[in-house]
Amino acid sequence: MSDRVENLRRANRRLALRLGFLALLAVGFGFALVPIYDVLCRVAGINGKTVQAAAEVADNTQVDDSRSITVQFMGTPMSNSPLEFEPVQTRMEVHPGQLAHASYRVRNPTDRVFVGQAIPSVTPGEAARHFQKIVCFCFERQEFQPGEVRELPVTFVISPDLSDKVVAVTLSYAFFQAPDDSTKG
Amino acid sequence: MSTAETHAHEGHHHDQPTGLARWLFTTNHKEIGTMYLIFAFAMLFIGGGMILLVRAELFQPGLQIMQPEFYNQLITLHGLIMVFGVAMPAATGLANWMLPMMLGAPDMALPRLNNWGFWILPPAATLLVTPFFLGLAGIGTGAVDAGWTMYAPLSVQTGWGMDFAIFAVHMLGMSSILAAINVIVTIVNMRAPGMTMMKMPLFAWGFLMTAILLILIMPVLAGGVTMILTDRHFGTHFFDAAGGGDPVLWQHIFWFMGHPEVYVLLLPIAGAIPHVLQAFSRKPTYGYKAQVYGMWAITVLSVVVWAHHMFTSGMPTTAQLYFMYSTMLISLPLAVLFFCWIATVWKGSLSFETPMLFALGFIILFGWGGLTGLVLADAAADPQYHNAYFLVAHFHYALYPTTILGVMAAVYYWLPKWTGHMYDEKLGKLHFWLAIIGFNMTFIPQFFVGLAGMPRRIPDYALQFAEWNMLSSIGAFILGASHLVFLYVVIKCVRGGAKAEAKSWEGADGLEWTVPSPAPLHTFDTQPVVK
Repeated sequence: MSDRVENLRRANRRLALRLGFLALLAVGFGFALVPIYDVLCRVAGINGKTVQAAAEVADNTQVDDSRSITVQFMGTPMSNSPLEFEPVQTRMEVHPGQLAHASYRVRNPTDRVFVGQAIPSVTPGEAARHFQKIVCFCFERQEFQPGEVRELPVTFVISPDLSDKVVAVTLSYAFFQAPDDSTKG
Repeated sequence: MSTAETHAHEGHHHDQPTGLARWLFTTNHKEIGTMYLIFAFAMLFIGGGMILLVRAELFQPGLQIMQPEFYNQLITLHGLIMVFGVAMPAATGLANWMLPMMLGAPDMALPRLNNWGFWILPPAATLLVTPFFLGLAGIGTGAVDAGWTMYAPLSVQTGWGMDFAIFAVHMLGMSSILAAINVIVTIVNMRAPGMTMMKMPLFAWGFLMTAILLILIMPVLAGGVTMILTDRHFGTHFFDAAGGGDPVLWQHIFWFMGHPEVYVLLLPIAGAIPHVLQAFSRKPTYGYKAQVYGMWAITVLSVVVWAHHMFTSGMPTTAQLYFMYSTMLISLPLAVLFFCWIATVWKGSLSFETPMLFALGFIILFGWGGLTGLVLADAAADPQYHNAYFLVAHFHYALYPTTILGVMAAVYYWLPKWTGHMYDEKLGKLHFWLAIIGFNMTFIPQFFVGLAGMPRRIPDYALQFAEWNMLSSIGAFILGASHLVFLYVVIKCVRGGAKAEAKSWEGADGLEWTVPSPAPLHTFDTQPVVK
C-alpha cells in the first residue's frame, strides 16, 4: 500500500516537473515571437515594413509606361519630437520602374540640437516590398542644429512586379527622437 | 466541514490549526476551493463596483462625476479584475472543490502547490488596485489606464500604475499555471480505478482542456508584459518603432493569449453545464463522446484564430481571410456542444430549480454572444463595429453567461453538497430573474447604440444615445443588486436550511453524490472502483 502511495507521489512529481518545463518553454516561445514576427513581416512583405537599406539600381529596369501609380506622401512628427516635418509635394504620378525623387522639409524650431530617426511605412502593406528606396534620409539618424531648415531627399523605384490592382501607394514617415542607445532603426 | 468525521479517518489524525493559520497553511482541496470562491466573489464586488461607477457616469451625456483619466482607470481595472480576479479563480475554486470528489481521489495531486497557487492571488490583487486607491488619496498617477488589453505604445508611456499591473499579471499568471499543473496531474494520475479517460465526468474534461491552454498561453503573456516593462525602464525597443520595434507585435502577443483565454473561461463551464442539465432533465447526457471531441477541437483551434481581434490593425487581405474563416470554423465544434446540450434537455422530465434556470439562461445568452461573434468575425463587417458598443455588448454576452451564469448554475447545483443544507429556492429564483433582467437591460441597448455608431472607451456620448444609455445604466444597477441577493442566499444556506441528502438532487449522477452532505473534510481515502 505505502509502495503504491510512494509510486504515485513520484509519478505526480515527474508529471508536474514536465508541465513546469512546458510552461518555461512557452515563456521562450513568447520571446521567440519577436524575431519570428520580424522575419515573417519581412519575408511576406506585410505590415507595411519596407526594406531598410538602399536597393540596388537594376541596370536594365523596364519602365512600364502602360500604367501609372499615384504616390502620396505623409510626414508626422511624433509626440516626443519637436520638429516641423512635412512633405514638399503631397502626391505624384510615377510609372512602375521609373526612378522618382521626392523630398521632405524639416525645421528644428528649438534652440537645442535634435537627433531623430524617421520610420517609414507603406500602405497598402502588399506594396511595401515593391517600394524600393535608393536614397532615403530614413536609412540613418539625422542631426539638426538649432533653427536649422533642411530638405531631406528620397529616391525610389516602384517595382513593375507590383500587382496592377494597386493604383495608389502611400509613403508615410513618423519622425521620432532617436533613442539614446539604439543604432539605426 | 465538521472535524468529527476527520478524526474517524486513520492517518489523517493530525492537529488541525485553528483561526487564520488554518486557512494560511491548509492543503485541503475543499478549504482551498472555498477560499478561491470567496476570493472570486469579493473581487466580483470590487470589479462590479468599478463598472457601476462607469455606468453612473454614462447615465447622462456629458461629464458629471469623473474626469476621463479616472474613467480610463475604472474600465481598465474592471476588465483585468473580472478576467483574472473573478472568472479564473471562480473556475479554479469549482475545480478544487469538485474534481477530487468527481474523480474519486482523496485530494488534489499536489496539495502544497495548491496552497501556494491560491495565496499568490490576494497579494496580486492588492498590487493591481493599490495605485488606484493611492491615486484617490492624491498620491501618484493612479492605476493602470491603458485598457485591459494594455496596447503599446500607450502602455509603454503611461504612469506607474502600469508597472503595478505588470507585476500583478506575472503573479496572477503564475497562480493560474500552478493551478493548471495541479489539475492535469490530478486528472492523469489520481482517477479512481476503472475510471478511464472516456468515463471521466465532462467537468474534468473541460477543465483539462483549460489547464492545457493555460500552460501554453499564460507564459506568453508573462513574456509580453515583461517586454513592456523593459521597454518602459530598461531601454529596450520591442514595441518602439523609433528603436526598430513594432507596436502591432504587442497586439499579436496579447491576443495569442487573449483569444484562447476566452475558451479558458468557457471550457470548465461547458463541462459543468451537462451535469446540471442531466440532473434536472432526468436522463443521461447526450453525446458524451461528441462533447469530448468538440472540446478538443475548440482547444486546438483556439490558438490559431487570435488575429480576428486585430482586423483593424492593417493586416493584408490574405491574413484577414485566413483569420475570418478559421474563426468561423471554430463555431462548428461549439455548435456541437450546443446541440448536445439541447438534445440532453429534449424530451426530458424537466424541472426548473435554480441551477437549471441558470444553465438554460447560460445556453440562450451565450448563444447570442456566439451569433453576434459571427458578425464580428466577418472581416468586411468588423471595421464598422470594432470600436463601437456593439463589440462591448457582444463580448459581455460571451463572457457574462459563461463566467457568472454558468458558475452560478454550478454553485447552486453543488451548494447542498458543500454546506449540507438546501438553499432557499425562492430567493435563488429571485436572484436568477434579477440577473437575467438586469443583464439584458444593460446590454441589449448597447447593441442598438453600437449599431448606431456610439464609440466605446469614451466617457461621454452624443445626445441621440441618451435614452438607451440611461436604460443600460438602470439595468447595470439591477444586475449589481442581484449579486447581493446571491450573497444573502449563500450566507443563509451556510447557516441553516433543510437538510441535504447525500444525493441532493433526484436526477444527479456522479461520485460526488455518493459521499455525505456536507462533504467531510477528507473523502475517498480509499478510492472507489468504477465499473
